[in-house]
Amino acid sequence: MMKYDDYIYDLSTPGRTGVDMPEPDVPETPIPAEFVRDELPLPELSLVQATRHYLRLSQKNYAVDKGFYPLGSCTMKYNPKVNEWAARLPGFTAIHPLQDPHTVQGAMGLMYDLQQMIAEIAGFDAVSLQPAAGAHGEFTGVLIMRAAQLARGETQRHKILAPDSAHGTNPASTAMAGFTAVQIPSDKDGNVDIEALKAALDDEVIGIMITNPNTLGLFESNIVEVCKLVHEAGGLVYGDGANLNAIMGVVRPGDLGIDVMHFNLHKTFSTPHGGGGPGSGPVGVVAELAPFLPGPIVDLKEDAGEYVWKQPAQSIGRIKSFHGNFGVMVKAYTYIRMHGAAGLREVSETAVLNANYIQARILQMGDYPIPYGHRCCKHETVAQGKISGAEDIHTLDIAKRLIDYDFHPPTIYFPLIVHEALMIEPTETEDKETIDAFLDALDKIADEARETPELLHKAPVNAPTRRLDEVRAARHPILTRLPSATATQ
Amino acid sequence: MTLKYDPNLKYAETDEWARVEDDGIVVVGISDYAQDALSDIVYVELPEVGDEVSAGDVVSTVESVKAAADIITPVSGEIVEVNEALDDSPEAINEDPYGAWIFKVRASALSELDALMDAAAYEAYNATREH
Amino acid sequence: MRYIPVTDDDRRAMMDAIGIEDIDELFADVPAEFRYPQLDLPEPLTEMEVMRELDMMAAENANLREFASFLGAGAYNHFVPAIVDTVISRGEFYTAYTPYQPEISQGTLQAAFEYQSMAAALTGMEVVNASHYDGATAVAEAAIMAVNILRHKRRTIVVSPTLHPQYREVLRTYTQGMELNIVGDETGDSDFRALIDLTNKDTALVIVQNPDFLGQLHTPQEMQDLADAVHAKGALLAVATDPIALGLLKPPGEYGADIVTAEGQSLGNGLSFGGPYLGIFAFRMKHVRKSSGRLVGETVDADGNRGYVLTLSTREQHIRREKATSNICSNQALNALAAAAYLAAMGKHGLRKVAELSWHKAHYAARQIAQLDGYEVLDDKPFFKEFVVKCPRPVTEINRFLLEEYGIIGGYDLSQDYPHLGDAMLLCVTEMNPREEIDDLVTALKEAAAPHIRLELEVK
Repeated sequence: MMKYDDYIYDLSTPGRTGVDMPEPDVPETPIPAEFVRDELPLPELSLVQATRHYLRLSQKNYAVDKGFYPLGSCTMKYNPKVNEWAARLPGFTAIHPLQDPHTVQGAMGLMYDLQQMIAEIAGFDAVSLQPAAGAHGEFTGVLIMRAAQLARGETQRHKILAPDSAHGTNPASTAMAGFTAVQIPSDKDGNVDIEALKAALDDEVIGIMITNPNTLGLFESNIVEVCKLVHEAGGLVYGDGANLNAIMGVVRPGDLGIDVMHFNLHKTFSTPHGGGGPGSGPVGVVAELAPFLPGPIVDLKEDAGEYVWKQPAQSIGRIKSFHGNFGVMVKAYTYIRMHGAAGLREVSETAVLNANYIQARILQMGDYPIPYGHRCCKHETVAQGKISGAEDIHTLDIAKRLIDYDFHPPTIYFPLIVHEALMIEPTETEDKETIDAFLDALDKIADEARETPELLHKAPVNAPTRRLDEVRAARHPILTRLPSATATQ
Repeated sequence: MTLKYDPNLKYAETDEWARVEDDGIVVVGISDYAQDALSDIVYVELPEVGDEVSAGDVVSTVESVKAAADIITPVSGEIVEVNEALDDSPEAINEDPYGAWIFKVRASALSELDALMDAAAYEAYNATREH
Repeated sequence: MRYIPVTDDDRRAMMDAIGIEDIDELFADVPAEFRYPQLDLPEPLTEMEVMRELDMMAAENANLREFASFLGAGAYNHFVPAIVDTVISRGEFYTAYTPYQPEISQGTLQAAFEYQSMAAALTGMEVVNASHYDGATAVAEAAIMAVNILRHKRRTIVVSPTLHPQYREVLRTYTQGMELNIVGDETGDSDFRALIDLTNKDTALVIVQNPDFLGQLHTPQEMQDLADAVHAKGALLAVATDPIALGLLKPPGEYGADIVTAEGQSLGNGLSFGGPYLGIFAFRMKHVRKSSGRLVGETVDADGNRGYVLTLSTREQHIRREKATSNICSNQALNALAAAAYLAAMGKHGLRKVAELSWHKAHYAARQIAQLDGYEVLDDKPFFKEFVVKCPRPVTEINRFLLEEYGIIGGYDLSQDYPHLGDAMLLCVTEMNPREEIDDLVTALKEAAAPHIRLELEVK
């Protein structure tokens, strides 16, 4: 029997095509033979086959639309369907980025309003929507910090600090900008260690990258002091906006002293993750840094009531082609317009309530230690897969067993400073019954770990696939498979 | 599983071993402790023959699926040979860490090896580490 | 409210479990003087209201379903079969995250592996990654990769002036802290000999585009000669290309490219005012460890069945941190899925037809325009679907006339990026332009050249 989820080239039959194209309606022009390729090894499928193939593949995925996806630091909230409707309007999809601005005032107006709303939510003076993702926004932010300090003539600065709980993109973005990444330890409460920070600050420091709430799910209670110390040393403070979902309407990063920050529209503002992208990573800055933003950005000529492109005066340059991921912006705009100030605060308060409820119940359960459980968390809590009486069970086994209970596992083994980490972020869009069912599953798994550990070692058994051999994949990589001898081994 | 130690080698705190051959060439690999901590090794990035290196330089990387360990040369000198067999079978380091060497250096000062530990000292050092 | 299902009873029960009486207690560690700012945002709208507002905003834009367009310059109006949106609208695909748990992500992983394979077939290369952000950032990543492959010993990148101006700009933005020299595009001389003369023992990478930004094609032999000359100097060659053109033309993998990049938007992705798009990134297997971006690999599961995983992750930031090959932490997964569904549906016959239609229509348009007084088509080299027309008046004036009088969105004004061409526009013709539209364009251009036509049109 035909298996529609077979590898796509295995479904191919010579002579089939899914889409008929019309014959030319103009006189033909000969194509010089020297240019023409000999073969085009693409598959040949009927449209029915192609449709079934992708539907079958989709059914092998877990997704927010299927169930609870408490992936820490990823903010897997519900993706509203009206967002998708909006982004598919022909007036948004069928417009070319290089059209005369007079013909795209609706799109530019949407971008302008989104710039303004993001700036207002986080307390900044200017926003560029150009970066395509969080890491891209981070890199943009680091380049802005560099440009601002070069403009001041401070050429000796080359170090960027980040706490040891930081996401790997922080040091990676630092290195890509040509700088030295310096790690700052966390203190016993999970905050940046102030004494270590003081010791690291000198006139070679460009600034610090700080995630707040941090990757332990904790609000940096020293944040104001951190910003003050860095500023006194002539440095700038970069805010990693990955965890903004915890603090909308509660506090504005710009008010705390943060100078530049990226936003993950695909986390906080409900745009879908798409299986790994596209995201969108706008960058907001204080007035002093506004001239350095990547451009063009949208400006409003008040007198004419007309939106225009504006290149910031000392711009770091263009970081992406055209204007950024506009289709994603439409979705974020829709989300913010439907919430308003009170709605966004309720989003954050509920996300934090759900996370603290999970933390309280896990502490009560007693099976999974929470190293910073003495503090109330924000949008996520970091537990450990260290079940007493089940020493040969690791976080990975617990994660895989959760799949058998039809939950997506939390983020595992991150942050690096928590051994056997299980990082749980419920978001505001889950109901209590779902959260309770997840907690019950964690409870049962702890019992299984002690009584029937083999269930965990061989998990998952109720998934479309068993555990996959990642060592084999990495030792002898097979990255493409073509029908001819061109397959890469 | 108990870790193995070769009494004929010298060891660095960063888990490289070194052995001096008769012609004064220094052979470098990683210890049983290191391969065990990395688990299944999937790739070894080898240095280039002819590179001039200084003691303390990162000259190679040994990778598992989820981790990458920098390999630091304990001696200065010129890389004269690399173990190309590791390209096809990096797992050789898991199977025989003291046989599967990574690179050889024509050392400019063998005295740099004096800073390394002998097997007993290295074993004692490992006992103090959280594995 | 909106997407929050928690009831008042739930809230009370949860607060009891936590041991608090008020939600505010959860934010006690936020500095009090900054807590609860009044956000000045517009009042919230219901779904019904927001749909009306967005409908109106969208309607303010002149969209290409209603207007004829001859605008390309890196973003193209190609046909997207209906199956593509059906596939990417599956909640199982678009509401999933990065496939970190492969057992429940085989849909995303297999689709990405199939994208990698089909894009490798298209470019003629051995490996394609799971995608970069767009065609511009793919070029920047190519430069960084080449410097890494050559172990930072070579620090010059030679770029052709006919590489997309925005790609060159992004390349410079990306590398501004890396102390690289970027040369080759200052003079506007796109002759390969000039690029080869600039290539020396400090050159890591030479970057050209084919078909180039001005639409022109270099023959496979010219490309192979360039590759040979670049390799003889110990440098690498990157070629930015058009994936639709590769339905017909010899791919860069067959003429010596070490890295191939492309803007993949044309493959099943809408124009969407510039994004999200798809950065196609292809290279040789021997360089895979120095490559950036996600890779999906084939393996087997515990039962021995074929399956797919993210692999070679030690290159990436979450493991290697500051030593990673790039800071990239995502890919354009859904756009790559759209490209895969597009390639699967069009197949080898459909894609070739799209390329041939574009070729025939573009050449027909060029011939007609070449006959007009006052216009000159630059045809010293063959072209694919775009070509340069020297105009009798500033392009902005002509384009306003086309739009106001004929409802035609004209070509890209080259006067900013290539001033030496004078009043010149880059026209793009694809399978989406029926003959009547092309004939209308020709008529409109003819009228626009007439001296009595008033071109200072009022624009609202």
